[in-house]
Amino acid sequence: MSQKSFVWFCLLPLVVVTTAFFLLPMGRLVVAGAEGPHGLAGYLAILTEPRYRATLINTVLLAAATTIVTLIVATIAGMFLQRHRFPGRSVLIAMLTFPLAFPGVVVGFMIILLAGRQGLIGDLSNRLLGEKLVFAYSIYGLFLGYLYFSIPRVILTIMAAVQKLDVSLEEAARSLGAGPWAVQRDVVLPALAPAFVASGAIAFATAMGAFGTAFTLATNIDVLPMLIYTEFTLAANFATSAALSVGLGLITWLILALARSFSGSAVAAAG
Amino acid sequence: MSTDSHGVSVRIDGCGKTFADGTRALDPATLDIARGETLVLLGPSGCGKTTMLRIIAGLELPDPGGKVLFDGKDVTSVPIERRNIGMVFQSYALFPNMTVADNIGYGLKIRGVARDERAARVAELVALTNITGLENRRIDQLSGGQRQRVALARAVAIRPGILLLDEPLTALDAALRDRLRSELNRLLRALGITTIYVTHDQAEAMELGDRIVVMRKGGIAQIGTPREIYFAPRNRFVAEFVGAANIVEAPMEKGELILPGGRLPVGGETTAANATVMIRPESIRVVEPGAGSLAGVIDTVSFIGDRQRLVVSGASAKPLNVDAANTIQAKAGDRIGLTVPPEALRILPSED
Ligand SMILES: Nc1ncnc2c1ncn2[C@@H]1O[C@H](COP(=O)(O)OP(=O)(O)OP(=O)(O)O)[C@@H](O)[C@H]1O
Ligand SMILES: [Mg+2]
Repeated sequence: MSQKSFVWFCLLPLVVVTTAFFLLPMGRLVVAGAEGPHGLAGYLAILTEPRYRATLINTVLLAAATTIVTLIVATIAGMFLQRHRFPGRSVLIAMLTFPLAFPGVVVGFMIILLAGRQGLIGDLSNRLLGEKLVFAYSIYGLFLGYLYFSIPRVILTIMAAVQKLDVSLEEAARSLGAGPWAVQRDVVLPALAPAFVASGAIAFATAMGAFGTAFTLATNIDVLPMLIYTEFTLAANFATSAALSVGLGLITWLILALARSFSGSAVAAAG
Repeated sequence: MSTDSHGVSVRIDGCGKTFADGTRALDPATLDIARGETLVLLGPSGCGKTTMLRIIAGLELPDPGGKVLFDGKDVTSVPIERRNIGMVFQSYALFPNMTVADNIGYGLKIRGVARDERAARVAELVALTNITGLENRRIDQLSGGQRQRVALARAVAIRPGILLLDEPLTALDAALRDRLRSELNRLLRALGITTIYVTHDQAEAMELGDRIVVMRKGGIAQIGTPREIYFAPRNRFVAEFVGAANIVEAPMEKGELILPGGRLPVGGETTAANATVMIRPESIRVVEPGAGSLAGVIDTVSFIGDRQRLVVSGASAKPLNVDAANTIQAKAGDRIGLTVPPEALRILPSED
């Protein structure tokens, strides 16, 4: 067997798996999206139909906000945790990364325990302000749930990146007169850029497709995965749900590609 | 060329360093460095050179009681960013997200220097350090020697009062190291900045240093000019670390060392049961067999080019290293005589 055919032979399982579990269902999905009463125009409905469009915008905004806030929180926390040694540090890290294994349902449940009608925040605000604060079922509750979901993932990536930072770069900047803020701006953040892109992409994609949390909270606001679910199971509207699914994938991919190309130059420069 | 002398004098007063894990990296040391002087910290790995440098830089706080003074002012608690020092790191620590020009101009930008003035200063330094044409390169597009020059240019761009260099040439190959060493020497003289230079290479220390501080296990073994350190080492460690040295241990009678190959006059009238004496290989002269004060047999001859190194046994208890002119006809097994002028011998305290 020649070198080349050997490589092809090794690739065969990959080809089979890709075809069976990825290409075929995807192809079927794309076709199904165009099998509704409006044909291919069914895809256009995602953008033209007001309810779909509003849901799409909601979802993208929510995912973007989740990504940005997650990155900020995780960067500050990850930097602090990686750079300082204090009693209780490992317990804190364990607590922060504990939710990694939780499915969205559990996260949604915890948000209800926190900010639901019988929740902790409601009790507290009732006692202090005489008014029950309930936001578990609003977009804020959903946002909080998504944060809870994505922070552990991002924090670990950032901590690993902080550990690999070259401390002498920061010392060099300081020797040249840079104060703490300037060091962060000119040295630390550029060096962390690749980690931001990688973990930000995961946070964004996860938030775009998250379903369990939204389902548990049964919010009055719709996100795309919820919409797909209702169209599919309740309305039995296969074509629309297929079109929405393909749209969800495409839009997520497009936004990530854009983000990558924007930060691409920064990442390349940070080498 | 910027000939403006803006060096400050430095005093390190009882500065020791014990790290959090209990490692005693530096015994309390006191040291004065004059304005414009180049002081070299020389010593084997782990002796505390970097620690001393980082204390002066303000990257490390000395143990309580230690003080660092610049021009007489106590700066012990002043952070590095306000000490106005230039620093060159062993790894160069150039910013990978900036061009060469941006690296060099970074300190000026932080100081709020206007763009035009900054560009002028950067151009001046680019010319001074011979890196013209590389201004817009990224750091990963530079060779090791070029990086070293950029690091130096960046450090002196801010007109620092003190320049601190931690083994700046160690990462380079030998030929480049030699060339950059003399270039660095010329530059330091031209700039007139107070310079503290860390190295474990004695040739570098000799060429660059006005004075050398030889360090050993966190302590200062000797401070002196290169000549003092070389010709008058205070102890066996300094003698062996700086240059090549034969250490001869033998009884002494009326100013003469009693050796297996003969009696070697040291000068004076001292008598001792056991004396330790240093003889530099190049101070031993090879003469006809029978002549000279010592007799021996050549073990090996290594031709080095500018001279040849003979290993001679029988003269002393341990074989002696002798540097002979490269024209002498010598081969292993030859019997020879040796003479050493008494002033080239150095009696060392017999501790250790
Ligand atoms: N942060 C630290 N914590 C604990 N010990 C340290 C620390 N930094 C240095 N040391 C120890 O202090 C001693 C002196 O270290 P230092 O870096 O000053 O040596 P050096 O003379 O610069 O050596 P080299 O030539 O290898 O760079 C060493 O034994 C080292 O292990
Ligand atoms: Mg060192």
